[in-house]
Amino acid sequence: MPPSDHAPLRWPARLHVVTGKGGTGKTTVSAALALALAAEGRRTLLVEVEQRQGIAQVFDRAPLPYQERAIATGYPGTASGGGGEVFALAIDAEEALLEYLDHFYRLGRAGRALRKFGAIDFATTIAPGVRDVLLTGKLKEAVTRTTDGRRAYDAVVLDAPPTGRIGRFLNVSAETARLAKIGPIKSQSDGVAAVLRSPVTAVHVVTVLEEMPVQETADAVAELQRLDLPVGSVIINATQPPLLARGRLSQAEVRRGLAATGLPVDRDVVSGLVAEARAHLARREVEIALRDELIALGRPLVELPQLPGGVDLAGLYELAGTLLEPARASSI
Amino acid sequence: MVTTLADDPSVQRLDIDGVLGDPAIRVVVCCGSGGVGKTTTAAALALRAAEEHGRRTVVLTIDPARRLAQSLGLSELDNTPRQVHSVKAVNGGELHAMMLDMKRTFDEVVAAHTDPKRAEEIYVNPFYQAMSSTFAGTQEYMAMEKLGQLRARDEWDLVVVDTPPSRSALDFLDAPARLGRFLDGRMLRLLVAPARTGGRSVFTLVTASFGLFSKLMDKILGAQLITDLSGFVGALDSMFGGFRERSEQTYRVLQAPETAFLVVAVPEPDAIREADYFAGRLESERMPMAGLVLNRVHAPQTTAISAADATTASEEIRAGNPVAADVLLVHAGMMARAEREQAVTRVFTRSHPDVPVATIAAQPVDVHDIDGLREIGLALAVG
Ligand SMILES: Nc1ncnc2c1ncn2[C@@H]1O[C@H](COP(=O)(O)OP(=O)(O)OP(=O)(O)O)[C@@H](O)[C@H]1O
Ligand SMILES: Nc1ncnc2c1ncn2[C@@H]1O[C@H](COP(=O)(O)OP(=O)(O)OP(=O)(O)O)[C@@H](O)[C@H]1O
Ligand SMILES: [Mg+2]
Ligand SMILES: [Mg+2]
Repeated sequence: MPPSDHAPLRWPARLHVVTGKGGTGKTTVSAALALALAAEGRRTLLVEVEQRQGIAQVFDRAPLPYQERAIATGYPGTASGGGGEVFALAIDAEEALLEYLDHFYRLGRAGRALRKFGAIDFATTIAPGVRDVLLTGKLKEAVTRTTDGRRAYDAVVLDAPPTGRIGRFLNVSAETARLAKIGPIKSQSDGVAAVLRSPVTAVHVVTVLEEMPVQETADAVAELQRLDLPVGSVIINATQPPLLARGRLSQAEVRRGLAATGLPVDRDVVSGLVAEARAHLARREVEIALRDELIALGRPLVELPQLPGGVDLAGLYELAGTLLEPARASSI
Repeated sequence: MVTTLADDPSVQRLDIDGVLGDPAIRVVVCCGSGGVGKTTTAAALALRAAEEHGRRTVVLTIDPARRLAQSLGLSELDNTPRQVHSVKAVNGGELHAMMLDMKRTFDEVVAAHTDPKRAEEIYVNPFYQAMSSTFAGTQEYMAMEKLGQLRARDEWDLVVVDTPPSRSALDFLDAPARLGRFLDGRMLRLLVAPARTGGRSVFTLVTASFGLFSKLMDKILGAQLITDLSGFVGALDSMFGGFRERSEQTYRVLQAPETAFLVVAVPEPDAIREADYFAGRLESERMPMAGLVLNRVHAPQTTAISAADATTASEEIRAGNPVAADVLLVHAGMMARAEREQAVTRVFTRSHPDVPVATIAAQPVDVHDIDGLREIGLALAVG
């Protein structure tokens, strides 16, 4: 079993923002990271902000309300104990705005009326920056919240918007400054920006070994660095086991192997297998070059294997275990 | 047991050359969820229409991968079609390519609907700036707008359109209307009202909840923002109606028989689910769907050895023949994957038995040059 007390060493931040190109595994990796960081009796909060109910889907649960709910036991997640607890929250911009207004202006039922009127939708639509401040504001609140002098959560993991939008999403103060030069939104966003730019936060970028996701990863890392946002790890998801790394591929060798186990050795079969193997090698070469590009970014690299049957709950724990393994020398 | 789609008698084969070569077809729209290969497919189809069918073709790409853009000769985002000279066209076929510049297209729409002085006011307004570059749906609206423009000029035999990388293919149909509604909306009209009544706020005249609303907008957003907003809306006033009208016009082009929709998907659950929704939606909107393009399909080169047999055999011979053992594992992975992909694809073909399908094999490397596109076009044509 991987030593889980590496968690605070390997993942030192408390707010983990997980971005990446669409479909590369942001939701999967966020969920696995929330499980991993809830090892050893710790408590984590897994958050989503895009109203997609992605968390409910990966944990195979009913849609989440705008409320923090326990959703899983932390790694290792077995009866052996030790696992803490993972909570989940789907933040809704409208709800967050109402909560915010209620807090500052004691709106009560009038707030609900506003919502019915479509005003809330309007306010958050016309000024997307405002929407993002509300979402990140709620995150900041969860990260800094204490109960009885104890932190509510040891770590908060955000299943964040994709690489194309992450800079704008996190660069809240600049976005709202464009629209609101003074006023409560301005001060709210300044507070959020301070947390996002501190070592409390780490923005991790998930990618797969394909050209466009890797390109977007490089672009995102550059953009985040330019915006002074703390970049955490680059997470390579869904990697394949290295096959045919050594030895020379030839028809004769394959035919000999097939014959040894009594499998058919017709020409079609042999040349078909060799063609598949060559395509695999071509793909692998591309992957090696892409991995080199990722190494050149100078961030810690973490690799997660492709789970052959897709991702179920057991698979999430497996990925969580991998996230807790100590960093390999090659990846520093 | 692995059988390919082509062997399945219940699945119709999509005749791509029939679509591209039909002079009555003037618009081909490639849609689908994010990252499935819409841009690649659009470029490959346009190339094939020019080279094999002699058509004067323009492809409207949206955020193409950098290297693909380069090989199409698109180094700058100038919003006008450029001829691609490396094309080997017959019968006068030509390929022109362009990248959508959504901000510039928005500016053009504004310019077309108002006088230069008003247009200038709009361009500098911070709301306009935010909206024309970041509003969710602007890109979809502007893609539709550009399609409308290209089609209206009637200088192309065929317009092939790529669609924006949205999560859901439906966004392409819904977002323009949403933006149009928003710009025409009641909320904006109410906000602009103070400007019309000479500065006296109409908020006092309307419902109590609206009064509360304006107060809140002031509180949350600050007075400056309200001023900018109402300036923006005031300047757009002359264009009210125009937005909706334009998007409705393009919508009608999409419903015409001269248009062919191709839904692009990869054989994975999310993409297939989206394709399934989208096909249903096209049907209910009476938009002409030509077929499904199933991209990045993994097809084993031989099906004589099953995944299970290959795995077992691999273990047996590993000590003596590690290379063949690995080759068998590669094959086992391929067989298992193909089987999964086919199971996933059946979700679509079962619910849309009338929709013809063409497949494109997953290429070992990315597609970013003309030769690669030509191969994709050929793969589509043979099924
Ligand atoms: N390591 C893995 N092994 C196998 N399948 C994986 C792995 N990681 C992710 N997947 C699968 O890939 C698909 C996309 O993953 P996921 O939903 O986490 O991506 P995402 O980046 O959140 O996508 P989106 O941009 O749509 O939100 C899912 O079907 C998921 O189960
Ligand atoms: N059949 C294929 N085999 C291998 N790679 C492919 C194939 N089709 C597309 N690709 C690659 O997949 C990536 C995504 O393709 P493409 O940009 O066409 O998708 P898209 O649907 O337009 O994405 P987006 O939604 O982001 O606009 C590109 O790098 C492209 O080269
Ligand atoms: Mg997701
Ligand atoms: Mg695209």
